[in-house]
Amino acid sequence: MVDDRLLTASASPHVRTRDTTRGIMLDVLIALLPALIASVVLFGFRALAVTAVSVGCCVLFEFLSRKAMRRPNTIGDLSAAVTGVILAFNLPASIPFWMVVFGALISIVVVKQMFGGIGQNFVNPALLARIVLMVSFPKAMLASWPTPFAWKDASTADAITSATPLAILKSGDGTLPSLFNMCFAKAGCLGEVCAAALVLGGLYLMIRRVISPVIPLCFIGTVGVCMLLYGFTKGENAWTFALYELVSGGLLLGAFFMATDYATSPISIKGKIIFAIGCGLITSLIRLFGNMNEGVSFSIVLMNILVPHIDRLTVPKPFGMEKVKKEKKAEVKAS
Amino acid sequence: MAEKKTLGQEFRKGLLTENPVLRLVLGTCPTLATSTSMVNAIGMGISVTLVLLCSNIVISLLRKVIPSKVRIPAYIVIIASFVTIIQLLIKAFVPALNDALGVFLPLIVVNCILLGRAEAFAGKHKVLASAADGLGMGIGFTAAVFCMATIREFFGSGTLFAGADSLLGLFGVTSFTGINVFSHIPGIEPILIFVLAPGGFFTFGLLMACANRIAERRGKEKAQLGSCDSCPMASACRLRDGGCDGDGEEAAKA
Repeated sequence: MVDDRLLTASASPHVRTRDTTRGIMLDVLIALLPALIASVVLFGFRALAVTAVSVGCCVLFEFLSRKAMRRPNTIGDLSAAVTGVILAFNLPASIPFWMVVFGALISIVVVKQMFGGIGQNFVNPALLARIVLMVSFPKAMLASWPTPFAWKDASTADAITSATPLAILKSGDGTLPSLFNMCFAKAGCLGEVCAAALVLGGLYLMIRRVISPVIPLCFIGTVGVCMLLYGFTKGENAWTFALYELVSGGLLLGAFFMATDYATSPISIKGKIIFAIGCGLITSLIRLFGNMNEGVSFSIVLMNILVPHIDRLTVPKPFGMEKVKKEKKAEVKAS
Repeated sequence: MAEKKTLGQEFRKGLLTENPVLRLVLGTCPTLATSTSMVNAIGMGISVTLVLLCSNIVISLLRKVIPSKVRIPAYIVIIASFVTIIQLLIKAFVPALNDALGVFLPLIVVNCILLGRAEAFAGKHKVLASAADGLGMGIGFTAAVFCMATIREFFGSGTLFAGADSLLGLFGVTSFTGINVFSHIPGIEPILIFVLAPGGFFTFGLLMACANRIAERRGKEKAQLGSCDSCPMASACRLRDGGCDGDGEEAAKA
């Protein structure tokens, strides 16, 4: 006789993972830490202050908007803190604090909570806030980059601004930093100045299996191929040109930390590849032929909007489904 | 028309519950385009209100004379005449406003608020009711555009009533040229995106949400966009006489 109790089962799911939103977000924060340390070393206390204001405001706005909408409080899952850090990483160190507050308001209240909170946002909150700030305050966002290490010399701390490597690459004016400086210390937004720290953080996330390597590799690979092709047609030193393009601007930050956002990237591997190649193509086109120096934020946001369509086109076929479909088609043709 | 409404009700419905911009979502293009500054919004609002009032009256007077097959061209001719009059007046007395509104002034001719009211209301109501409807809808449009313009100009340019001398010049006042709010606060600059298209759409959405909320609180239902009464094509719709019930299947058979 069979014991009845062996056959009783509770409702699914039966197998649970130990991953929690909080744990994943904590991993992302840890992965962002090297880049934060690098930016504080390069730009001084001001970089830390911008990050603190951004994180503080994001968490505060998350708390307030959940309260106003009478929904359960979600600041405990740390997603607002991650948005805050990534938003700060997309801003120059010299930005006025009230603009950071405005950016946090856009990303948390408008992009995230008005669409339903975590997992419901249709584009990356931090990136859209960056674009809104860029459109609203072109002078503060695109024209004043503090020179790395300038903060140590008190007399020049506020005065010196330098062009980003991307601007130099595009216009051809000025001298590019050495490749060593490009990887460790260059002018730019907080998060993009130290390429090595970003790669370190990205590797940590991949080893912890928080992100899959598909999107970063395809994204960076596509940009690399495009830049190589462009370099060859121009007859310049194509390999150096491509390498400079890869480590400059927000490419690594975008590829590792923003394009891989769960809510705004496709589900299947095929979809991820299409998404990442699209990001890479748009980034390359804007950098090479557009009138802006940097295209990473626009490319990711544009592809974010396409994600539902990509998902619909790349639904994985369940086992055995293909055969049935073909037979049906044959039937239709025969009739 | 299920029930008879008083003139006051015809007038009041355009202000909030059937506000052409925020509840019926008509005339979106001029709303977004002319709400970048408060002075433009007032100028546009007054022009639309005047044209709407006059065209509603004339169309209502002629409603039994105009053959229904050519009524749309007839309405457009009537509306265009009034728009031409208004435009010539503005050109003569407020040339700065004419420059600021640009192509959106002559485009009032094809504004869907005007055609919509002509088709849905003035073409089948008496003169006084049509006049009340036109005035209410016009003031509703003006109020909506003015609210949008206040938000957009304040945040986007940091000013209030900038360029007011062009309108006030009509009354001989030229000393008041608007308030520059942001210039008094050091370190603050206008948020440019509010005067650009994305900021316009965002403000539009916010105001719509507010209007819906207020109307809901008053216990009024959402504007009945699905019913034949507010549909500008209703009189052309062959299903109407057979009793269109939304999908109209029954009527089509009959």
